[in-house]
Amino acid sequence: MLKRIALLGMPNTGKSTFFNRLTGASARIGNWPGVTVDLLSAKILLGAEMVEVVDLPGLYDLHGFAEDEQVVRRFLQNNPVDLLCLILNATQIDQQLPLTLQLCRLGLPAVAVLNMADEAERLGIRFDTEALAAGLGCPVCHVSAKYGQGFPETRDTLRRVLSQSPSTDLQALRADFAADDALIAEAEKLLARSVTIPPVLEYGLTERLDRIVLHPLFGIPLFLLALFLLFQAVYTLGGPLQDGMTWLLTEFRDLALAPLQAILPGWLYGLLVEGLYDGLGTVASFVPIIVLFFLGMALVEDSGYLSRIAFLMDALMAKLGLDGRGFVMLLMGFGCNVPALMGTRVMRSRGLRLLTMLIIPFSLCSARLQVFVFLTTALFSPAQAPVVLFALYVLSFLTAFATALLFKNRIGAAAEPLLIELPPYRLPTLGQVALRAWREVYHFLSRASRFIIAGVVMIWLLTHLPPSAAVGGPDTLAGLFGGWLEPLLRPIGIDQRMAVVLLFGFVAKEIVLGAMAVVYGLEGDALAQLMTQQMDWVQAFSFMLFTLLYTPCLSTVATLRGESRSLAFTGFSIAWSLALAWLVSLVFYQGARLLGF
Amino acid sequence: MTMVRLSELAMGQQGIIEDMDAEEPFRQRLQALGFRVGKEVRPIRQALFGGPLQVRVGSVNVMLRRNDAALIHVWAEC
Ligand SMILES: Nc1nc2c(ncn2[C@@H]2O[C@H](COP(=O)(O)OP(=O)(O)O)[C@@H](O)[C@H]2O)c(=O)[nH]1
Repeated sequence: MLKRIALLGMPNTGKSTFFNRLTGASARIGNWPGVTVDLLSAKILLGAEMVEVVDLPGLYDLHGFAEDEQVVRRFLQNNPVDLLCLILNATQIDQQLPLTLQLCRLGLPAVAVLNMADEAERLGIRFDTEALAAGLGCPVCHVSAKYGQGFPETRDTLRRVLSQSPSTDLQALRADFAADDALIAEAEKLLARSVTIPPVLEYGLTERLDRIVLHPLFGIPLFLLALFLLFQAVYTLGGPLQDGMTWLLTEFRDLALAPLQAILPGWLYGLLVEGLYDGLGTVASFVPIIVLFFLGMALVEDSGYLSRIAFLMDALMAKLGLDGRGFVMLLMGFGCNVPALMGTRVMRSRGLRLLTMLIIPFSLCSARLQVFVFLTTALFSPAQAPVVLFALYVLSFLTAFATALLFKNRIGAAAEPLLIELPPYRLPTLGQVALRAWREVYHFLSRASRFIIAGVVMIWLLTHLPPSAAVGGPDTLAGLFGGWLEPLLRPIGIDQRMAVVLLFGFVAKEIVLGAMAVVYGLEGDALAQLMTQQMDWVQAFSFMLFTLLYTPCLSTVATLRGESRSLAFTGFSIAWSLALAWLVSLVFYQGARLLGF
Repeated sequence: MTMVRLSELAMGQQGIIEDMDAEEPFRQRLQALGFRVGKEVRPIRQALFGGPLQVRVGSVNVMLRRNDAALIHVWAEC
């Protein structure tokens, strides 16, 4: 049978980095007996044998009550594991040794991997590896997952221990989960015996950075500035790349696809080129911006800055019935709302968790970003466009905050004790950032292509059926739907055609641009040109407001349902976002018209 | 040395943990991050508007709210 190695360790010990380096990029996400969350695993060749490596969630205590910790426990109780690979942060070994002892005492073969050897060395922490190994009762390896030192030895040790490991007895293991307070005392003793830590650890750089980043007065403005600069950078760098991409796509269409018009039947050409290619192409031209955006996000996430933001924003969030983690999840939602919603699992109080889940869908995700980039570029001057975009981000926060404020008492979000580690700042390597960004972009593309192909084909059909009607005209199916929605959307400045686009945007915002391309029968620059004639900036902004606030996508709805386990809550969330979207757009549109714009 | 709550220590003032009033799940979390009887703790700074404290315990920096910090009794060093 395939032998199985489980990676275990506290959060922030570099477990993911270690996993990535050990397994290459072959990892996949899978379901496991006994646990409801997905875990990353990979099959690798160790010596002459294939083994499976599973990355378990980070945990602080095997007997903790947080959901992640229970996942680990249930996994170990239900899935035979042949070897525990315990990842420790060597620079915080004093804090991590108790958990390590706990894990070593499970009676499974184990290897302790002291990660961040590079930092430990710089800090002057010295290890008596033999004493440590003897005390733990398992081999000890030193590695730097980030820079790759120590990996050949570690692989060798893993292979050696694995080849000697007897098959596991799940029964005995289950019995082993017993109280173990005495271990903590033992850990202290072992620490005193085997590790020398200088009295004051020199986290000089982190201290100095924290003095600025966490400054009582400047901390929050600095964060806003950083955010603005990040988006400015994405926008400035991404613009030319996007133009290049658009040019490529148009050239390809003119040179390679246009000749097909003579060969293919008219309807097939229309469906394939004017439907699929134009729809997909319009979305594809945004890939450079999305890549840049995720690079930026990965940089922020890996640097240790996020927990500082939780620190800065906690007081404000407490007034809204939330806590600092809720704000960080709003930020994570900038990438995609789905993982942000799942991130609320760390919250134990149900009210707090529901309230946080209620506001996350207002977070301006990357799919909505491309719609906004397209429209702001088309309808505003290059100087105005980034400001408009930033205003949308601000609005996304404001609506999230207002929602929390309105419903905090009704949902009854009870505060729970909050304890978050502030890890030292670390600059991720280029490879790490690239890997993270690649995963996100891959996810985006696979999602986008799935939704877009189906959506675009649907829309093409709707705008072309019945065949007797003029394409895109009021007699087509699309025209019919648009006509129904029109009375509702006219007061907010959205016409029949855009109404159809919004209808599809409900499924996923990735479809919106593709849908516009198909509905108007144009793509790229020509579409942007047309938009300036079809609507003025007031209408465009109203459309963007609506797009920002109404339900992000079906995946988000499904996640809301799955995570809240409540249909009523999910329904409420959808109804509230639709009502808010309509109201905000109405106030803006009618207000602007009243003022004479 | 006087016994005070962790939330009452001045910024930068060191204390030695004597007792923790925290309820079970939170207590365990505190212990996992290194809060144990006899350990040295030191508040580093506080966020604006009565926000959370940054506290150093051993080699670890954590943030916790003032009312939670009040559950931890320490011997204050002068
Ligand atoms: N200096 C150094 N940093 C590392 C090493 N391994 C991981 N890191 C950094 O530690 C941080 C946390 O790593 P990650 O793999 O996300 O931790 P996880 O939460 O345990 O999965 C990241 O910023 C990594 O770049 C290492 O060996 N040396």
